[in-house]
Amino acid sequence: MGSYIPNTEQERKEMLEAAGFSDFRELYESVPEEIRLKDGLSLPPGQAELAVRRTMEGLAGKNRVFSHIFRGAGSYHHYIPAIVDEIASREKFVTAYTPYQAEISQGILQSIFEYQTMICELTGMEVSNASVYDGASAAAEAAAMCVGKKRKTVLVSGAANPRVRKVMETYCFGNGSLYLEIPQKDGLTDPEQLSALLSEETACVYVEQPSFFGCIEDLENLSRLVHEAGAKFIAGCNPMALALLKTPGECGADIAVGEGQPLGIPMGFGGPYLGYMAASKEMFRKLPGRMVGQTVDKDGKRGFVLTLQAREQHIRREKAGSNICSNEALCAMRAAVYLAAMGAEGLKEAAGQCAAKAHYLQKALEEAGLSPEYPSEFFHEFVTVSDIPSETILKALEEQGILGGLPLDGRRILWCATEMNTREEMDQTASVVKEVTGA
Amino acid sequence: MKLIFERGAAGRGCSILPACDVPEVGLRAGKRERELRLPSLSETEINRHYSELEQQVYGVNSGFYPLGSCTMKYNPKINEAAASLPGFAGLHPLQPEHTAQGALELLAGAEKALCEITGMDRMSFQPAAGAHGEFTGLLLIKAYHKKRGEGEKRTKILVPDSAHGTNPASAAMAGFTVVNIPSGPDGCVDLSKLREAAGEDTAGLMLTNPNTVGLFDRNILEITGIVHEAGGLCYYDGANLNAVMGIVRPGDMGFDVVHLNLHKTFSTPHGGGGPGSGPVGCKGFLAPFLPGEMAAEREDGSYGFEIPPETVGAVRSFCGNFLVVVKAYAYILSLGADGIPEAAENAVLNANYMKKKLEKAYRMAYPGTCMHEFVMDLSELKERTGVSALDIAKGLLDGGVHPPTMYFPLIVHEALMFEPTETESRETLDGAAELLLELFRKAQEKPEELHEAPQGAPVKRLDEVQAARKPVLRYSYDS
Repeated sequence: MGSYIPNTEQERKEMLEAAGFSDFRELYESVPEEIRLKDGLSLPPGQAELAVRRTMEGLAGKNRVFSHIFRGAGSYHHYIPAIVDEIASREKFVTAYTPYQAEISQGILQSIFEYQTMICELTGMEVSNASVYDGASAAAEAAAMCVGKKRKTVLVSGAANPRVRKVMETYCFGNGSLYLEIPQKDGLTDPEQLSALLSEETACVYVEQPSFFGCIEDLENLSRLVHEAGAKFIAGCNPMALALLKTPGECGADIAVGEGQPLGIPMGFGGPYLGYMAASKEMFRKLPGRMVGQTVDKDGKRGFVLTLQAREQHIRREKAGSNICSNEALCAMRAAVYLAAMGAEGLKEAAGQCAAKAHYLQKALEEAGLSPEYPSEFFHEFVTVSDIPSETILKALEEQGILGGLPLDGRRILWCATEMNTREEMDQTASVVKEVTGA
Repeated sequence: MKLIFERGAAGRGCSILPACDVPEVGLRAGKRERELRLPSLSETEINRHYSELEQQVYGVNSGFYPLGSCTMKYNPKINEAAASLPGFAGLHPLQPEHTAQGALELLAGAEKALCEITGMDRMSFQPAAGAHGEFTGLLLIKAYHKKRGEGEKRTKILVPDSAHGTNPASAAMAGFTVVNIPSGPDGCVDLSKLREAAGEDTAGLMLTNPNTVGLFDRNILEITGIVHEAGGLCYYDGANLNAVMGIVRPGDMGFDVVHLNLHKTFSTPHGGGGPGSGPVGCKGFLAPFLPGEMAAEREDGSYGFEIPPETVGAVRSFCGNFLVVVKAYAYILSLGADGIPEAAENAVLNANYMKKKLEKAYRMAYPGTCMHEFVMDLSELKERTGVSALDIAKGLLDGGVHPPTMYFPLIVHEALMFEPTETESRETLDGAAELLLELFRKAQEKPEELHEAPQGAPVKRLDEVQAARKPVLRYSYDS
């Protein structure tokens, strides 16, 4: 029905003739008869816009949008200022291609340059790229930056997000490096186990801040241990936490990566998200993907271009460090607008509220009968343990329109609180839990 | 134009969050000592800043965008409306399956439709882009050979020399050695060279069909046959599917694995470089290796996520770029069984119509009927007038047309590759052809003017050498 083709039947006919063809079949003369689709596609016929809208609204209506969310584990419910959605839906930003034609793409190029600067500020690193797919693939790409001829082992903290670990393991299966996990202790990377695993074959060590369990790692100490063994240190950081905590740059990380979704990007059932990657001066030439650099035009006027492209696949082909081409540019723009709208004070306030509310919730849940699993200090996520099955607790909450924490197993739940959660809804959550536990 | 950091003043800002309604906590852990420097701007200033930036961007609706191999078709607005529905955008990826039945049903529906279009049996939406899909597809091939005990032996991936750079780069990332297969004089795979290269060490072949010079390789069954005969698998790079969707399917050409670019063929926007979506489809025998998590319909009619039994793992968190899949699904519903081949036919028609007009002056790299795109070879023009493919491209900028892809594929010298797409009207094609013919005349008469193009863009040609030699990759607050 609709195919967004402007030309009428009559015009198409005239165009076919002008190009020297009598009908459409002739255009496909090079496609062997035996493989052509004989009876067409087995799909419903095309539909008009209103019908499509009804179908899509129908599907969206079968999902439940929770108003109270206490689940994180890699995707976070934060406030998105109205200006972020507005700017990120401007048509030219939405529809433009990669800015290869610099003269007519200064707007995109400059926005990426500004994003790169903000990521450097947030992480304390020297150089940021223009983004990769998500936090997990960013971590996997960072590990690939470190693997060399002699050092082929990638050590990954067992306290890191299991989904990130899975992606890192999969990339290692691809390039043939050895993937090993460092056991976790009390929700943190165990430094003793790390020391025992480090060797001359260790390429890099990946640790998350905060850990998957919400606990705050001593990155400085871990970084020191890793560097003493001659390996590279990769810190996977929640960007919201970086408003308060010591930056990867200050902790001596060689590469900082992370999931940029908390910075103004909707949860969207998992994507699109934003993988940020930033590196030290020594490592930045190995960063994968696009980078925007400042230069001048023929008249000496400031301008921006995609630069250091000799690292990339379209020039180096099989010798490129990565195959990445498309990235998450529009999500990077969302992050930049978000950071501009929040400002330094606003971001610290948001991060501070996340921590404050998570601590309030943790206490309220403890009083309601859910004990904290780990003694370590946490940011905005924490684990509880209880004799009552996780599913029983979560089901009771769900009946009240509350998405509780993520069940880690039958007894443990990973909770998250952000600036979105009010005291009232946390009190309500605790009282529902209390009813279940009978505490 | 000012950088966002050069605007505003200390103390300015936006009021976004209400005061905290619970007691503050002081963290004992190490705090950042380094000052966090972010812009201090009112909302007005932020808005104006991005309005200014937007004026210096060329979008799909700024004008004609015939960027070869990128399929810059119109991005329908209903797609955007669907993806911004709170019932999709507001879902947590880990919320219970019974509360996300619509999203799961959509994923299953999109998978079914795209399998029908490609002739595949299963498809994973986890890859976030085309190159990501290639990497994933190659991991399936790797896992397949490994399971058959041939992992050590089958280490080579055959790639035509006309391929996108991502193909060899993806093969290297998946641990394979790349063997380049030279193209014949007709721009297609040289069968004798392919026969020589295919053997016991072949893991697979990566191919785009129509290929990167815009031709449908008529020997396709022979090509896939040679690779299968040697024990390898065939990988279809879906970059050029727009020319043949609904006409012929990769699965029927003999391919075992495909990736699609939803941001090309299925009309989701490019976002200035992303996000895209690069789902990977495969024949049934490879489906157990697909990366999780995949939506599937259960016996009771409900939907849930499943992880294939022998999965290669995961290439991204969660199920992929879900909101991009929502847009593509709206597009598939809009076009349907009739609109899909109609779009392909008109993409091919528009390319041939424009090619015919340009043939009067420009030399085509490969004469005859093209598919959805064609490549011009400007080496003769350059030799005669000094005007290069780059000069013509920059001349187009002043005429309000986005240049075609330049200097690709690598097997054509001074290449310009045009892909008009089906969503352009005859007048647009006529206008662009007129402009190109005028630039051709200008190349003979006033070549120096083209060397200086563009004149009307926000900036003139930029010094890329300086950018690479002395990289300035961030704003410096201190200078």
